[in-house]
Amino acid sequence: MLALYEYTAGRLAEMLRTKETSSVEITRSVLERIDAVEEKLRCYVTVSPEEAVKMAEEADRRLAAGDGKPLTGIPIAIKDNMCWKGHRTTCASKILHNFHPPYDSTVVRLLKEEGIVILGSANMDEFAMGSSTETSHWGPTRNPWNVEMIPGGSSGGSAAAVAAGEAVVTLGSDTGGSIRLPAAFCGVSGMKPTYGAVSRYGLVAYASSLDQIGPIARDARDIALLLNIICGHDPKDSTSVPRDYPNFSNSLDKPVKGMKIGLPREFFDKLEDPDVNRVMKDARQIYRSLGVSFVDLSLPHLDYALAAYYIIAPSEASSNLARYDGVKYGFRAENFDGMIDMYCRSRAEGFGAEVKRRIMLGTYALSSGYYDAYYLKAAKIRTLITNDFRKAFEECDAILCPTAPSPPFRIGEKMDDPIQMYLTDVFTIPVNMAGLPGMAIPGGFSSDGLPIGIQLVASHFEEARLVQLSSAFQKETDHHLKRPSL
Amino acid sequence: MKITTEQVEYVALLGRLALTSEEKKKYSAQLDDILKYMDMLAEVPTDDVEPMAGPVKLFTPLREDKVEPSLSVEDALRNAPAVAGSSFRVPKVIE
Repeated sequence: MLALYEYTAGRLAEMLRTKETSSVEITRSVLERIDAVEEKLRCYVTVSPEEAVKMAEEADRRLAAGDGKPLTGIPIAIKDNMCWKGHRTTCASKILHNFHPPYDSTVVRLLKEEGIVILGSANMDEFAMGSSTETSHWGPTRNPWNVEMIPGGSSGGSAAAVAAGEAVVTLGSDTGGSIRLPAAFCGVSGMKPTYGAVSRYGLVAYASSLDQIGPIARDARDIALLLNIICGHDPKDSTSVPRDYPNFSNSLDKPVKGMKIGLPREFFDKLEDPDVNRVMKDARQIYRSLGVSFVDLSLPHLDYALAAYYIIAPSEASSNLARYDGVKYGFRAENFDGMIDMYCRSRAEGFGAEVKRRIMLGTYALSSGYYDAYYLKAAKIRTLITNDFRKAFEECDAILCPTAPSPPFRIGEKMDDPIQMYLTDVFTIPVNMAGLPGMAIPGGFSSDGLPIGIQLVASHFEEARLVQLSSAFQKETDHHLKRPSL
Repeated sequence: MKITTEQVEYVALLGRLALTSEEKKKYSAQLDDILKYMDMLAEVPTDDVEPMAGPVKLFTPLREDKVEPSLSVEDALRNAPAVAGSSFRVPKVIE
C-alpha cells in the first residue's frame, strides 16, 4: 500500500471528500517524508512544519463544514522566489537571505483562498539563473533518481520535491525552461503557461518579459487542478491578460484522435543523445497509435533563440536587480567608503557568481554604443522567432520536441563552462521568447535509469490542449508512475 | 578579444559591482566567449523587423482613483539593514 505522500493531489482530494483521510494526516505524512529524505536531497530552503499543520487543521475544519474547494487540504511547496507574507523568501541568494515579504504574491493569496497547505519554499538557482539548481546560496539540490546528478533548474527544488514525495505538488517559475527542464530531469510533469496567464505580482523578478509561474506535479490531472487555481487576470500585474480560462480538468478525457502534431526539424536535427532520440521516437509512436498525425515543420530562426535569449534575459535582469542596493532590504556590506562603494560592495558580496555574470552581460548589452548591436538585434530576432511559431501553428495543433538535449548531468560538470550550461535550455528557451505555453512530461528513461522528458508546445492560451495531449499520453504510458528509490 | 579588462571594469561600475582582480579576469574571458557565441545573430537580416519587448500587447489599465490602505512605515522598514526613525539609514551622500 502506498503512503499518503505518494498519492497525487487528485486522488488525495477524492480521499478527503470521502473522509478516508484528513489534511492533517496527509500533511504529517509529507512532513515525515521530508524528515526522512531532505538531508540527502535538499529540496527546500525553508520548511514551516508547524504552520503547515495549522493550515491543515484549518483545511480540515473547512472540509468538515462543507466549505472545501477542489484542492483544500493538499500540501504544496512554492519556489523560494514567491513572496509569502511574513515567511522568509530568499530567491536562494545571500542578498535576500533574511527577507520577510510584507505582502503575499498573488499566487500565494490564491493558494490560501483555496485552503492549500503551504509546506515551505523550495530551493532554486539564485534568482532563477541557472539550469541545475547549483547556483543556490544554500547549496545544490540533488536529483532523487541519482544524488550525484543535478535535478535541472532553476526550479530544481520544486521538481525534486514532487519526485521524492517531499510535496504533493509545487509551483515553479520558468524564464527559459526553469519549470520544464527540472520536471523532465526529475521524471515529473511541469507546465509553463502562456505569458500573461498567471499573475507575476509578488514573484521576485528575473527577466520580466519572460518570467511565468506554473505548476509541477505527478500527472496531467494535477497540473490541470493547479492551473484552475492560478490562471486568471490580476489588476496588480499589468502584463496579466484579462480573459476567461476554461476548467482545465474538462480536457483530461478528450480524445486526441485527428489532432496534428508538428515536428520542427530544427529541434530534431540537433539531437545527438541516443536515449533522448529513442524516447522521442517512442513518443511519436504512442501518439500515432492514438490517431494523431504528424507534420514536418521548420522554425527557421530557432537556432538564434539561445543567443538572443542570453542578451534579453540578462539585460532585463541587470535592470531588475538594480533594486538590491543594501538600503531597503537584504544584505548590506559591513565595510564601505561612501554610498556608491556601499552599493558596489553589498552587491559584490551579496550576489553569487552566475548572477554577477548575468548582470555584467546585461549591463554591457544595454550600455551606450552596444545597445543596437545586442539588445535591439535580439529583440528583433525575438519577433522573427514568434512569427515562425505563429506560422507553424497554422499547420498543426501542437508541437512535440525534446525538453533537453541530454539526460541529467553530474553535479559540477558544467559549472565552469557557462555556454555549455546555457545550451541545456536550447529546446525550452524558444517557447519563452514567443510567450507560448509549454509542458514537459515523463517520456522514458536513459540506459542509466535517469528520467527523460518530452515537451509539448501549443499556441497562446491553448494550455487545455497541452493538458489533453499529456493526459492521453499518460493513459498509454507508465513513466509518470515510476518513483525513485531513496 | 571582444571585451577588454578596462571594459569589464567600466561595466562593473555601471552595474555597481565591486569585482576582485580575479573576478575581472574570469569575467573578461567568459564574457568574451559568450559575446563571440552571440556573433551568429549578425547573420540574420533584421532591417525591416520590428523589435519585440514582450509577448503581450501592453495597454494602460485604468481604475477608479480610490484611496486604499498601503504598506505601513513599520512594515516598509522591517527588512531594512539600517533604520533611523521612520527612514532608511544610508551613508552621507551630500557633503
